[in-house]
Amino acid sequence: MIRFSSSEDIRSWGGVLQARHNVARPQWRDELPEVLAVARHSGSPILATGLRRSYGDTGLNPDGAILDMTALDRAIFFDPDSGILRAEAGVSFDMLLKMLIRRGFFLPVTPGTRFVTLGGAIANDVHGKNHHSAGTLGRWVRRIGLLRSDGLEIELTPQENTGLFGATIGGLGLTGVITWAEIETVRIASAIMDVENIPFENLDEFFQIARQSDGEYEYTVAWVDCLAKGKDLGRGLFTRGNHASKGARLPTKADPKLTIPFNFPSLVLNKLSLGAFNSLYYWKGKRNAGGSKVPIHPFFYPLDSIGHWYRMYGRRGMYQYQSAVPPESERDATKAMLELISAAGEGSFLAVLKTFGDKSSLGMLSFPRPGTTLALDFPNRGSSTLRLMGRLDAIVREAGGRLYPAKDGRMPADMFRAGYPHWQDFAKYIDPAFESHFWRRVGQ
Amino acid sequence: MRLIILGATSAIAEATARLYAAEGADILLVGRQTERLSATAADLKMRGAHSAEIAILDLAQTPGGVDEIFRNLVRQLGGADHVLIAYGILGEQADAERDLSIAEEIVRINFNSAAAWCLAAATFLEEQGRGSLIVLGSVAGDRGRRANFVYGAAKAGLAALVEGISHRFADRGPRAVIVKPGPTITPMTEQFDRKGLLWASASQVAAVVRRAADRGGPVVYAPWFWRYIMLIIRAMPARVFNRMNI
Repeated sequence: MIRFSSSEDIRSWGGVLQARHNVARPQWRDELPEVLAVARHSGSPILATGLRRSYGDTGLNPDGAILDMTALDRAIFFDPDSGILRAEAGVSFDMLLKMLIRRGFFLPVTPGTRFVTLGGAIANDVHGKNHHSAGTLGRWVRRIGLLRSDGLEIELTPQENTGLFGATIGGLGLTGVITWAEIETVRIASAIMDVENIPFENLDEFFQIARQSDGEYEYTVAWVDCLAKGKDLGRGLFTRGNHASKGARLPTKADPKLTIPFNFPSLVLNKLSLGAFNSLYYWKGKRNAGGSKVPIHPFFYPLDSIGHWYRMYGRRGMYQYQSAVPPESERDATKAMLELISAAGEGSFLAVLKTFGDKSSLGMLSFPRPGTTLALDFPNRGSSTLRLMGRLDAIVREAGGRLYPAKDGRMPADMFRAGYPHWQDFAKYIDPAFESHFWRRVGQ
Repeated sequence: MRLIILGATSAIAEATARLYAAEGADILLVGRQTERLSATAADLKMRGAHSAEIAILDLAQTPGGVDEIFRNLVRQLGGADHVLIAYGILGEQADAERDLSIAEEIVRINFNSAAAWCLAAATFLEEQGRGSLIVLGSVAGDRGRRANFVYGAAKAGLAALVEGISHRFADRGPRAVIVKPGPTITPMTEQFDRKGLLWASASQVAAVVRRAADRGGPVVYAPWFWRYIMLIIRAMPARVFNRMNI
């Protein structure tokens, strides 16, 4: 018999919002219908959550019911001939990697942290450094078990139930509980990456390297110095890589080596320290430019080696701002955003720049679109941070772009609606008993 | 490495099985629920188990013949190095005080039936001359408290039994260990208010269980600090203890 217990301090990764939730932690899939019935009976809105790596409020449902899915973490089957994997929704990418890599397989698409669940990754239709070559995770999903609050479990495929499938891919958990999913995985010859780091001095150079790399490299991404000004504006380090054709298939052990033990006082993060960090990082990267062999984990998940890294941003938490703008305006809009950020002196250690390819997703609310994405962290300094993000909004809107719900904690409803023209169509597929703080904020 | 788990759908048992799976063990999962056991077995194979099979059995409902059934389980697995006995029910103390049949049920499942399987396993391990019997007890067995003393009494009895088996094994090769977890986040403790710092996860306890199979005394606490907490609680004079609301 599963029970809900009240928890006061459920927070998302960014930590700006912290709230009371009624949490249940089912252990078996056969318990889920009963848990849903209990929540429904109590009249609470429901949301299933995983490892809560979403930054803002898409994974929060204050005063409502939360199904913590992380105990539903079993693999169901794997076919080594086809690479087809089926697993329960609460399994983490970390666990899947342990199972896959030693068998010579890899996730088709992975975000920058492996501490996400399969269900969560589908519900956010995540992308990775290979968006230009592989598209989003949703393109690799073959089948989903979706339990609705009426107690019926439906099998969704891209061919049948197309509407509900497209709403569930990237559907932020609002269409019901994803109980299991089946994805295609990809073959790899080793657990080593052939990587090349190339410094660039401005955005034009970035776009030039990106264009030239996309054909030859499966994975590309860049770090940009978001506090550089003047002629240094838009400088950064471009990283591109492929799976190496030779090398060990080591079972990877990569638990966090370093953990941030407490929230840093906000004094630590100021214009000077961030500027110094970014400059140092750039010059160090420039000195170490060139090719190298890198194990899989540090290449894909550099931040996972630092436990609780969000604590660097202090007790008030942080916002992340990730935009995607179309090709015709990518250069000007990215430049304008960087100018604004460096002038404000607010910004982060890790500003990430990447070009998206044109492989479209079935997901009605999928974030990636052809063009360029820029992602930045902003320590929460209250109204000045919000004002800056409001001014960035204007640039993104003008450019015809959109923001990433998985990262967002504040975009105005009209910004969301402008960026996601299918939102009303999507809303038709929402399970009537499901809700999130994000959706209350932007969808209703 | 071949492992039999009696009560394999318990959260601690499943977490322990995963550790053995990562070592490439052969695992036999015993319990009542076919679907849940099959799901666990499929997952353990993906996590590296050399084999993972299931045997469907209501462990608390075997009137006699336990010895023979246990030998069949060993035959099904093709031998056994470790035996983990992990099932049990918490029950409601208040109900048990009101309705003696509930109290009897708690004692029967947690002590009578578990004791029979312990003894069957002990005989097998002794004949074999090696291997470990690992049994899940509870810190609740260390001192009776008003909140759960029926459950605690059954677990206390089980602890005495396993300590006795360990004594019987002395210098004969096999080992017997009772692992006593403190409060653990599992479905069994779902109804508890989990405020406070001393809650462990099933996988933390599983790591202790896995270690206990290889080394350590006949009584192992999980996590370790419960040994000292329980030392203090046992040493407390009844005058003091009875005034405390713990």
